[in-house]
Amino acid sequence: MKPLKLYLIASAGVGLIFLAALFIGTTPMSLTRFFRALIGAGEAGDMIVLWEIRAPRTLAAFVVGASLGASGAALQGLLRNPLAEPGVLGVSACSALGGAVALFYGAASAASLTAPLAAVVGALAATIILTLAAQYAASVVTLILIGVGLSSFAGAVMALLLNLAPNPFSLAEMMSWTLGSVANRSYGDIALAAPFLAVGGVCIASVARSLSALTLGEASAYGLGVNLERTRILTVLGASLMTGASVSIAGAIGFIGLVAPHMVRPLVGHDPARTIGPAALLGGAVLIVADMGVRLIPTTTELRLGVLAALIGAPAFVWIAMRSRARYG
Amino acid sequence: MDKLTVKGACVVKDNAELLRDADAVFAAGELAVIVGPNGAGKTTLLSALLGLTPLIAGAVTLNKTPLEDLAPAQRARAIAYIPQEQSHAWPMAVRASVGLGRYAYGASPGALAGEDAAAVERALTDCALTPLQHRSVDTLSGGERARVACARAFAAETPFLLADEPVAALDPAHQLNVMTLLRRYADQGGGAVVVMHDLSLAARFATRLLWMKDGRIVADGAPKDTLTATRMRDVFEVDARISLGDEAAHVAVVGPSA
Repeated sequence: MKPLKLYLIASAGVGLIFLAALFIGTTPMSLTRFFRALIGAGEAGDMIVLWEIRAPRTLAAFVVGASLGASGAALQGLLRNPLAEPGVLGVSACSALGGAVALFYGAASAASLTAPLAAVVGALAATIILTLAAQYAASVVTLILIGVGLSSFAGAVMALLLNLAPNPFSLAEMMSWTLGSVANRSYGDIALAAPFLAVGGVCIASVARSLSALTLGEASAYGLGVNLERTRILTVLGASLMTGASVSIAGAIGFIGLVAPHMVRPLVGHDPARTIGPAALLGGAVLIVADMGVRLIPTTTELRLGVLAALIGAPAFVWIAMRSRARYG
Repeated sequence: MDKLTVKGACVVKDNAELLRDADAVFAAGELAVIVGPNGAGKTTLLSALLGLTPLIAGAVTLNKTPLEDLAPAQRARAIAYIPQEQSHAWPMAVRASVGLGRYAYGASPGALAGEDAAAVERALTDCALTPLQHRSVDTLSGGERARVACARAFAAETPFLLADEPVAALDPAHQLNVMTLLRRYADQGGGAVVVMHDLSLAARFATRLLWMKDGRIVADGAPKDTLTATRMRDVFEVDARISLGDEAAHVAVVGPSA
């Protein structure tokens, strides 16, 4: 598909889904009231529901999904494997742990940069370990196993923190980091993460072409003129910044970075560079839809977005793993 | 005239001396073939020429500029490389895969334009890949994949091309096909350096042979001067009967040397 056409279709789709997410919710609203509120001429109550509750929540879902989609696509390009993804590789879990540690020590108060920073540091630590391992571990299975190890370790430390939580409030706070949710997010939460997302996006965009060349393996890419060191550093940094920032908004949400690039790839000729942008749009759209599901599924306690993502994503992971084994041997 | 020079190059890895005091000059218009037994350091020499393997002594220079002073893209516009392993992590189309050869010129394989598109077009035509250009690389045969690797290297339009066993897993017709492509590259003014094991093919197509043993270059010259029964015994430890003609060369290994 031509890039322009793909982007037009994808953007239009995201726009429609965004509108649907604004319309759907626990407070029923007629179409007329909805459109009046949308253009800023509705009743005060509707305006608040639309612009102060649903819009930031939907925007948060989109931003988180998009950054996970882009991180997944970039990591898959770097590690040359369709199973690489922040969630699977334990990057999200370590990032959530980073944030939880900050919360545990009470360092993270509302509207402070501490939580996003701690989340980014956690993501960075995990990604650096993985990249170092990727250079020595010949097989990708080893890498995935290291990811599983990182995830388990982060889970264990998280359990320890929950165990030792000083009060119920910080317990609930830390729980929400591990489960993942975009409920009650404000524009402020997104604004705090924005600089990290922007820098991460620039890092990834600057090495996109090199990721295409890495399709042929490191020795070939070197021969083609790729600066391997720079590509590794910027991809790791970019993916960590974006994953960390998304975790700081919504906690750990897995599998978006796996599913979105996988669905996009056939449409862009399996070119890693061209996968990143559309994977971000699709990741954002998928997470908005998942969040609509969370809001619509009638449960007594609202279902957590990260839980729903994992329930759908984990089987998808198994399916992709089985298919890629057949394809790449 | 473009020159790729290696002088006094030594490579040591895990206490093993893989390359010792390698001296050679590669010039445009030549097809130089590196031959020698397994573990003689052929691949090490090739990757040293590319700057991929660090030297503990000596230097590789491209027209008097040390290789390490060149930016990766600058180097890639001078030296193309066909590695032994040719695997695609993603099932790209042939055209995009060949388009990656234009990486050092700032091209994206998905959106080739202008000079980049023209170079890819020429490379596809030269390697008879035009009818296959929209096929996915994972549907190709070994021979077709070898041609894709050649086309990618040609698309870079470099004065030098290094190839590591480009015909290793190919049937005789495809071997001939790839060697003809490399020969044509050299005849058109490129300098090709090729590692290979098939001595008959090497003798037929090479301008010169570099003989390696135990990490050293032990002989360097035209096939008719260096390909002798004595050398086969010294380097490969086999007795061989050799007949060199214009049309074809024949190296028959009779058995291990006494």
